[in-house]
Amino acid sequence: MTAVLPHLPALQVVVPLLGAILAGFLRRGTTAFVLALAVSWALPLIAGALLWQVLAGGPISYRLGGWEPPYGIEYRVDVFNAFVLMLVSSIGAVIMPFARRSVALEIDRGRQAWFYCMYLLCLTGLLGIAITGDAFNAFVFLEISALSTYVLIAAGRDRRALIASYQYLIMGTIGATFYVIGVGLIWVVTGSLNLVDITARLAEAAAVQPRPVIAALAFLTVGVSLKLALFPLHSWLPNAYAFAPSFATTFLAATATKVAVYLLIRLYFSVFWPALRLQDLPVNALIIGLSIAAMIIASFIAIFQTDLKRMLAYSSVAQIGYITLGIGIANQDGLTGSIVHLANHAVMKATLFMALGAVFYRTGAVRLHDLSGIGQKMPLTMTAFVIAGFGIIGTPGTAGFISKWYLAVGALHAGGWPLVLVIMTSSLLALVYIGRVIEVAWFREASPVCADARDPPLSMLIPILVLAAATIWFGIDTQWTAGIAGKAAAMLLGGFT
Amino acid sequence: MQALQTFAEHYNYVITIFLMVTGLYIVVARGNMVKKLIGLSIFQTSVYLLYIAPGKIVGGTAPILDPAFTVYANPLPHVLILTAIVVGVATLALGLALVVRINECYGTIEEDEIFAKDDEQ
Repeated sequence: MTAVLPHLPALQVVVPLLGAILAGFLRRGTTAFVLALAVSWALPLIAGALLWQVLAGGPISYRLGGWEPPYGIEYRVDVFNAFVLMLVSSIGAVIMPFARRSVALEIDRGRQAWFYCMYLLCLTGLLGIAITGDAFNAFVFLEISALSTYVLIAAGRDRRALIASYQYLIMGTIGATFYVIGVGLIWVVTGSLNLVDITARLAEAAAVQPRPVIAALAFLTVGVSLKLALFPLHSWLPNAYAFAPSFATTFLAATATKVAVYLLIRLYFSVFWPALRLQDLPVNALIIGLSIAAMIIASFIAIFQTDLKRMLAYSSVAQIGYITLGIGIANQDGLTGSIVHLANHAVMKATLFMALGAVFYRTGAVRLHDLSGIGQKMPLTMTAFVIAGFGIIGTPGTAGFISKWYLAVGALHAGGWPLVLVIMTSSLLALVYIGRVIEVAWFREASPVCADARDPPLSMLIPILVLAAATIWFGIDTQWTAGIAGKAAAMLLGGFT
Repeated sequence: MQALQTFAEHYNYVITIFLMVTGLYIVVARGNMVKKLIGLSIFQTSVYLLYIAPGKIVGGTAPILDPAFTVYANPLPHVLILTAIVVGVATLALGLALVVRINECYGTIEEDEIFAKDDEQ
């Protein structure tokens, strides 16, 4: 055990990578599922051990292959990315049991093993982005996760899934290439790719040659924003989420955009803030403006969707607006709100998409007018949907309220009281689109489509209920979410104040 | 004269930016899905040049430890771009595979015709 402990950062990425390779050799979907389940359940243990070490003893620096940083690739774990690692791996572990029946229904028998292979590869990429301390290594992981995501989306039954995947491939590749251009410009002026080393050198470089540094900031912002679907760069997201298989949608909605947000926060607060006097650039104002647009416009579009998967996808764009709003506010409470909303939104959106996946499993429908009266037929599933829905609205007592509270307090401290009004308006719009579903699902006669529906098997029901319970739990006990997020925000902001 | 000199001294960047914008323009302006992917490839290729060019030092040798050679070119960008080329090839291959599947399902690879077919449904 003591021999393994120092290598935990590498294992966090190597375990799912080996799992993916093994899954590629398997024929039977069930065997691949068992492998994916074992890997998914091992990962939170590793992430938990890392988080515990970091909370007890400060940042961990791991030299990959024994090469000394900044020359070799460094895996650097601090409070912030240990939190993200824990989030991604826990969500993966909780939703994994849901996959077996859902995937068995939606994916051809011969392709199931490949599906799990791609899922594990995607997990590898996401964990890799979160753990690495090297800007170019992050690009490689970004593309590993992106390429496997395109395959996961294209595995959807509908032929429009192919178009959605193709469009995401174009947008995603442009985003990743912008990211590399940004990294290249930084490398040209600082001669380094290690994030910690870049931070140390960037201030001097920016004083001599500010222009390439500002260009790099612009390229990195646009590139990562494409990946995290910041309004108006979100156009790939609704179709991708609507046509991907239920399990893929759940996983991607809960984790993929969150890791991209992590990367943006890391670049802004750990790399650029200490070096560049960003007050001179309207970066914050720009981010806040786009976030407001996302929160209002995307919520508004969500109201008019009849396909519930697409409705939740637009809701995701709006919720990402909340997260980026905190980045724009950039004070202790605002950034805490952003980081805690990474976790809270992941939990809530995973519940909603899984509940919808369970409904699709029983009825084969995700359109609102087909699902009237589904609440009486699938009471436990739809209760979970309602709880998570209240979380999205931000009702006190749910996780969503905590995030919005921190964001609102942060906005007030920054002197931006109109932002509080924007948060409330967006919450009201969420009340409309979630309330519409609740009305149709619970207070109408059962439609013929869902006449024979009943709650899904336990393997699907338990993950839904666990995450619905977590929505309430994280709304009451915030020690593990807001507590750690607050520490992470203090660490990130410590760089420039 | 000054502008012309700056232009000539940075001609590698001029080529890079020209390729970059060409590629991006093709992605935006063309409706044919294969052409879009080729544009994307050109766009990615321009980045290879962006990395490789600053690594070259005129008169520099390969990085060999020998007292006879003191000026050498940085080998790092070549290694990075090898990785980026692999990523680019993988993206192009996956994209083309998707286009093959799209052609099987829709019978066309023109974007406007595909959207028209989906709207009919």
